Amino acid sequence: MSFAFADEVANEVAQAAENVAESVPTGVKSNYLPTGEAILDAALGYLVVFIGLVLLMVVIIIVGKIMVAKLKKPAATPAEAASAKAAAPEAPKQLAPGSAGDVKLYDTDPRDAAMIMAIVANKLQKPLNELRFVSIKEVK
Amino acid sequence: MLDSLWKLVVESGFAAMFSGDGWKNLIMIAIACVLLYLGIKKQYEPLLMVGIAVGCLLANASALGGIFNPLEPNKTINALYNQPLWDEFLKEGGEHAHDYGYILAHGGLIDILYIGVKAGIYPCLIFIGIGAMTDFGPLISNPKSLLLGAAAQFGVFFAFFGATLLGFKGNEAASIGIIGGADGPTAILTTTKLAPDLLGPIAVAAYSYMALIPMIQPPIMKALTTEKERSVKMEQLREVSKTEKILFPIIVTIFVILLLPSTAPLIGCLMFGNLLKETGVTERLSDVAQNALMNIVTLFLGISVGATMVGSRFLEIKTIYIVVLGLVAFSFSTVGGLLVGKLMYKLSGGKINPLIGSAGVSAVPMAARVSQREGQKANPSNFLLMHAMGPNVAGVIGSAIAAGFLISMFGG
Repeated sequence: MSFAFADEVANEVAQAAENVAESVPTGVKSNYLPTGEAILDAALGYLVVFIGLVLLMVVIIIVGKIMVAKLKKPAATPAEAASAKAAAPEAPKQLAPGSAGDVKLYDTDPRDAAMIMAIVANKLQKPLNELRFVSIKEVK
Repeated sequence: MLDSLWKLVVESGFAAMFSGDGWKNLIMIAIACVLLYLGIKKQYEPLLMVGIAVGCLLANASALGGIFNPLEPNKTINALYNQPLWDEFLKEGGEHAHDYGYILAHGGLIDILYIGVKAGIYPCLIFIGIGAMTDFGPLISNPKSLLLGAAAQFGVFFAFFGATLLGFKGNEAASIGIIGGADGPTAILTTTKLAPDLLGPIAVAAYSYMALIPMIQPPIMKALTTEKERSVKMEQLREVSKTEKILFPIIVTIFVILLLPSTAPLIGCLMFGNLLKETGVTERLSDVAQNALMNIVTLFLGISVGATMVGSRFLEIKTIYIVVLGLVAFSFSTVGGLLVGKLMYKLSGGKINPLIGSAGVSAVPMAARVSQREGQKANPSNFLLMHAMGPNVAGVIGSAIAAGFLISMFGG
């Protein structure tokens, strides 16, 4: 009787082990890795991530340089420079006394920008006219 | 009459609690309540945590009401979730291996929703939404941020190695390691492909630690950086043109997918979402991806991932190992980002604040906010947020590449 019970338990354990072994998607390599192989895999993975992102960085830098050069180029062409000279000079914008210039706003309402500047000034304990805000951008 | 009443009592979940593995389901119901508390009261990633908790609660409560028998599927079908159905689905060479029709014919509500996880649809749809919400401007204006995004994947591979030492198989270790990428959808997609049995604990660990970033990262940041380093003010980022922003997702898609084709679902969807945002001519689609689509998929993803936390599978020593390894992964990812941040500080002659390195773990924008807060503690006039957003979004790309590598290594 007790042997029969032991056999039943052994069968159940074997079945459970079989179920776990088989509950793996098709093609997945489900094996234990020796320590050396695990270290190599980890190092290789980290290296691949680095190489991928370094190459991507190089591509983005190149594209960025091309874009910056393109933006600068038209301003330097002689025809445009001449036409710029010919055009009547615009009246300089009157700035408020003590102002450091305009602040560029990206996806930000002027009203929100005013509040943000006031909060920053308050937090820094400095008068607003001693601070220079270059741009304000909403981080989504 | 009495027989009917007796039948009701015997078949009720209350009776099942005290027979067989019923106690495990009872514990899982308690865990679900703890997760609900963390999501609602503590607001730990509530959008997903509440869904996961409810999925866990429903699966375990309904599991007490009867056990699914594949031989007699019409008799004991659970109206919500049937783990044995998925065991049949995954049984290599079995009659119903990879048979979605079998799931649709016999599955409950959550089984059908879970098809979206199993087929890798939800994480990719979420990536479209993330892409539509992400501004890659800070990364484009400072491409060196990509180095920090790469460095912060250190925890992924460290935890992978740690998991193999603890006796996990290669595919399981890879799924555990990806928790260090601090990117929920990536972790879910990788685990679904490599070790679906571990999906519940890995998803819970990933989202819990993402919510705990403001507690995990600051002590490591303080330990690895000096007051002088933390107080560095960084230069204003250059302005990025609209053309660059439109070109970026196209370049990344082509480049990264050619480099590592297994990243195609994640990178492709992320960059597609971003392209919708940046083109300026698909505003309606961008709006849907950011809001309606994202919300619907988050709902389905949360509840179906939570349902995998069935007592008989979740309450194992493996779960504790996964929780510990997840913390190790997060911590070492932070360490990796900070160390390369320090290196960049030295090489740049003190112009780069190393705190932005920790934002390389991809939890957007939480990790960047932590960098901003710690930087401001050291120097109140320090505004690191936009600088930290660069490594932060680079981390999303980095974790997708790490996931792609692990899937290609262990996915056969």
